[in-house]
Amino acid sequence: MALYEHVFVARQDISASQVESITADFSKVIEENGGKVAKNEYWGLKNLAYKIKKNRKGHYVLLNIDAPHAAITEMERQCRLHEDVMRFMTIRVDELEEGQSIVLRSKADRDRRPVRGGERPGGPRGERPPRKEYN
Amino acid sequence: MAASRPFFRRRKTCPFSSDNSPKIDYKDVKLLQKYVSERGKIVPSRITAVSAKKQRELAKAIKRARNIALLPFIIQ
Repeated sequence: MALYEHVFVARQDISASQVESITADFSKVIEENGGKVAKNEYWGLKNLAYKIKKNRKGHYVLLNIDAPHAAITEMERQCRLHEDVMRFMTIRVDELEEGQSIVLRSKADRDRRPVRGGERPGGPRGERPPRKEYN
Repeated sequence: MAASRPFFRRRKTCPFSSDNSPKIDYKDVKLLQKYVSERGKIVPSRITAVSAKKQRELAKAIKRARNIALLPFIIQ
């Protein structure tokens, strides 16, 4: 079996739970055709770089898949038919990424960043060192 | 040598070829954004000093990112 990364973008006006059910549908298609989904990742509602079918935002989902070719073609066919899926892309990879992908990692970084003008990142600065005497 | 040529500029090395350099990945928008111009075009490697092999990889990653609307094809 071959390893694939599958990314799809769903319409902005569906809810997160609907996105989840779409993900579950596609996972089921893969499993029925003898493959398995190693990981699925929901990146959230992201701004699109350009408008797709008059949408400015989209729900991004990444699936890491280990499946035979037949399963992939079947899933892609269903992607094309699905009304809520605006865009998808399947890429053959040599190895699947372990853990979170870069998208979620960078998002976590952003959430951790302190508010501007807030506290210092390493906590308060502490006491000033004693003055040096010069003369 | 440096004294005779006051504007000698050291040759930059490829940012992806050292051991702890970042991996080129179409999902890493922040990284790819450094290698596209203000208009959204791919910057030539003679400016960014990316090696030929890595530039091909980079171009592929940028094109993939464009396809799923992570990067723009053109910025008006």
